[in-house]
Amino acid sequence: MQEIITLAHGSGGKTTGDLIKNIFIKHFNNDILMKNEDAASFILSGRAAFTTDSFVITPVFFKGGNIGKLAVCGTVNDLAAVGAVPLYLGCGFIIEEGLPLKELETIVEAMADTAKEAGVRIVTGDTKVVQKNAADKIFINTSGIGIIPDGIDISGYNAKPGDKVIITGTVGDHGCSILLEREKFDIYADIRSDCAPLNKMVGEVLSKTKDIHVMRDPTRGGVAATLNEIAVQSKVGIKLYEDRIPVNDQVRGLCELLGMDPLYMANEGKMLIIAPEAAINDIMGVLRNTVYGTKSCIIGEVTDEHESRVVMKTVAGGNRIVDMPVGDQLPRIC
Amino acid sequence: MDNLSVAFRDSKLASLLTEKLSKYRGGKINIMEVCGTHTMSISRYGIRSLLPEGINLISGPGCPVCVTPLYFINSAIELLDEKDVIITTFGDLMKVPGTSSSLIMEKARGKDIRIVYSPLDSLKIASENEDKRVVFLSVGFETTTPVTALTIRKASEEGFGNFSVLSANKTIPNVLKILALDKDVKVHGYLYPGHVSAITGTKLYHELAFQYGIPGVVAGFEPLDILHGILTLVDMINGSKKAVVNEYKRVVNEEGNKEAIKVTDQVFCPCDSVWRGIGNIPLSGLVIRDEYEAFDAWKVYNLKPCIAEETPGCMCGEILRGKLKPTDCGLFGKKCTPENPVGACMVSSEGTCAAYYRYQGV
Amino acid sequence: MCLALPGKIIEIKGKTGIVEMMGVSREVSLELIRDYNLGDYVLVHAGCAISKVDEEEAIKTIELFNELKEMDNG
Repeated sequence: MQEIITLAHGSGGKTTGDLIKNIFIKHFNNDILMKNEDAASFILSGRAAFTTDSFVITPVFFKGGNIGKLAVCGTVNDLAAVGAVPLYLGCGFIIEEGLPLKELETIVEAMADTAKEAGVRIVTGDTKVVQKNAADKIFINTSGIGIIPDGIDISGYNAKPGDKVIITGTVGDHGCSILLEREKFDIYADIRSDCAPLNKMVGEVLSKTKDIHVMRDPTRGGVAATLNEIAVQSKVGIKLYEDRIPVNDQVRGLCELLGMDPLYMANEGKMLIIAPEAAINDIMGVLRNTVYGTKSCIIGEVTDEHESRVVMKTVAGGNRIVDMPVGDQLPRIC
Repeated sequence: MDNLSVAFRDSKLASLLTEKLSKYRGGKINIMEVCGTHTMSISRYGIRSLLPEGINLISGPGCPVCVTPLYFINSAIELLDEKDVIITTFGDLMKVPGTSSSLIMEKARGKDIRIVYSPLDSLKIASENEDKRVVFLSVGFETTTPVTALTIRKASEEGFGNFSVLSANKTIPNVLKILALDKDVKVHGYLYPGHVSAITGTKLYHELAFQYGIPGVVAGFEPLDILHGILTLVDMINGSKKAVVNEYKRVVNEEGNKEAIKVTDQVFCPCDSVWRGIGNIPLSGLVIRDEYEAFDAWKVYNLKPCIAEETPGCMCGEILRGKLKPTDCGLFGKKCTPENPVGACMVSSEGTCAAYYRYQGV
Repeated sequence: MCLALPGKIIEIKGKTGIVEMMGVSREVSLELIRDYNLGDYVLVHAGCAISKVDEEEAIKTIELFNELKEMDNG
C-alpha cells in the first residue's frame, strides 16, 4: 500500500476499492457494510430520528480524541438529544491528497471504537479525494438514524417555567483544548477535549423517567448559545447561578488569562437537560452513576420572567445577561 | 493564600458590601470608572444591578479599542497590501470596523493576521519568518505600553530587521483632566484603574483630587475590590473628602514600577493624540522615539494617518465622556448592535454600549 | 485595558520565568520587575510580570473585609 492518500484513491477504481477494503471495511466491519451496495438497507419500526453533521475541525488530532471520534460522537449525541436510540451512521470523507495513510487509519479506528462503545453501526460511506489545499487534511460528514421510543416528547419548544436546568459535567473543556492546540499562545494547561458518546447515559435516564422536556448538547457557542436558542424557541426565560456551574480549574484559569468565558466554549461530551422539578432527583440519581455524568449539576431554572433571555446570578450576587455569542470568542488583553 | 483572585470574589462578603451600599440615601452621585477592564468586570459580575438608584456608574474613556481612531484600523489594513507583511495583534482589535473593512474580514480574505497573547510573541514569529515582515498593532494605556516598549527594545538589542510596531498608545491623566473640567458631566469621584496604577504609582491622581476636588479610589478588578471601592468613594464624596485612597495595596504603591516607567521613557515620548469621539488631547499619546525609528511602522511603511468620518448619528463621543447613556443614542440597539457595531463603544466587549446592551433590563 | 492575573513563579530561567496562574502556566518575562524569588507571586499582563503581588497585603485586605462581618454581627 502507498503511504499517502493520492487522487487515485478517490477515482473509483482498484485503488479506491483497496482503500475501502483495507481501512474502512476492515475497521467498521459489519454485515450491512460488507455487502458494499450503493445504499444500506435495513428494517426500521417506530418513529425515526435523522440527523447530519459535518466535521472540519483543526487540528485533526487533539488531546482527548480526533476528528473521527468527534464525527461519531457529534451525530450520536444529536440523536440522543431528541431521545432517539442511535442505530446506523453513514460517513462521507473528503480527504486532501497527501494525508498519510497511517493518520487516516488512526481516525477510522477511533470511529470504529467509538461506534462500538455507542452501540451503533457505520453501514454506508463515501470517499472523495481532493487536490492539495482544496480541503484541510480531512473533512467528515456523518448522518445518523435512530428510533425514538414511545412516550418521549423532547423538543427545544418544550421548556416550561419551573423546570430545572442540568448540565452533565464541566463546561468549556473541548473548546479550550482546541484553542490551546490551534493557537500558539505557549500556555501550558492540562485540558482535554471531553468528546464522548452520550447515548447510553441518556438511555439510562430515559429508562428511569420519560418526563424530560428539552435535551441538547452545547457544542458551538457553548452553554450560552444553546440556552439562548432554547429560551427563544420555548418563549421562556432561563435563570442560571454562576456558583453552581461546574468548571475545571484549568479551564477557568485559561479563560481568565485570555479574557474568555467558559460558558461560550464548545462542549462535545455534555448534555443540557431541562426537566420538571418532580423528575430531577431521578435524573440526577441516574446521571451521577454514569461514566460521563458523574459531575452533573443543577445550574438553573426556567422562568416566566425576561422571556427569551438567559440571565445569570453572578458570584457577586448581581445579575447579568448571558447573551447569544456573536461570532467566535476572541482572546483579549483589555 | 492559595488563590489570590478567588478570595476577592467571596459571595458572603459581596453581599455584605452590597447591603452597606443599599443604605445610601443621598443625592445622585456620578462615579466614573475609568478603565475598560473595570467596565468589563462591572458588567461580568452584574455590579450595576446591585447599586441603589442614587449611585450612578459612568464608563470612562479607558477602553483602547473605543478611543483608537478609525484611521488606525484603516492604516493596518493598508499595510496588508504589502505582499510580505504579517500583522500580529491583540484579539481585541480583530472585529473593530474600519471605514470599509476590518481585520477579521481581511483574514477571511486570506491575509496573514495572527492574534498574539503578548507583543513579545511577535518577535518569535519574526524570527520564524525571516522572509516576511512582522508588524505588531500596538494599542493600550500605561499597563500595556511597557510590554510593547520592552519588545521594541529587545528587537533593537537583538538586531531584528523584519519587525516594527504600528503604535497608537495613549496615557490616562490628561483625558481625565479634560473630563474633570467638563461641566456637562458632573463626575463626583473616580474609580482609578488598578493595573495602570501598578505601573504609574498613585501620585498622578493627586492633582485631580486636590486641585480639581474630585476624590478617587485606586481599585482592583475583583468584585470585592470594586464594591468596596465604590463604598469608600461614596463616603468620601459625602464627606467632601478630597483625597486619593489606594485600596489595591497588594499590587499598587505610590511610586509605581520604575523599571516599566524607565523602558517606556526609553522607547516612547509623549505627543498629542486624537481620541475617537473626543478629539485631540495634548500630550495624551505616545510616539516611538527617533532612536528606535527603525521599528516605527508609521515611518518604515510611510503611512499617513487619514482622519476618517464617523457615521452620522453615532454618539460614541458623548457616551465615552459620560454625557449620554447608550440608550440616548438613536442608533443603539437598532442600527448599532454587537453583531453589527457602528461605533467603537459597541465594538469592544468592554465598550460602554456593548456592556450596556448585555446588562440592560435586568 | 489591563487584563492581568496573579500567579506564582515556579521556575526562573534568566530573565524569564514560568508562572502558574490558576492552574495554567506560561513563560513570562521578568524584565519589568526586580528582587523576585521562586515562589513569589507576580501580576502577569500580556506575557510580562508587571508587578509583584504582596501576599501579606492581600491577606490584610481580606481581613479588613472580614471585619465588616464582625461589625455587622456585633
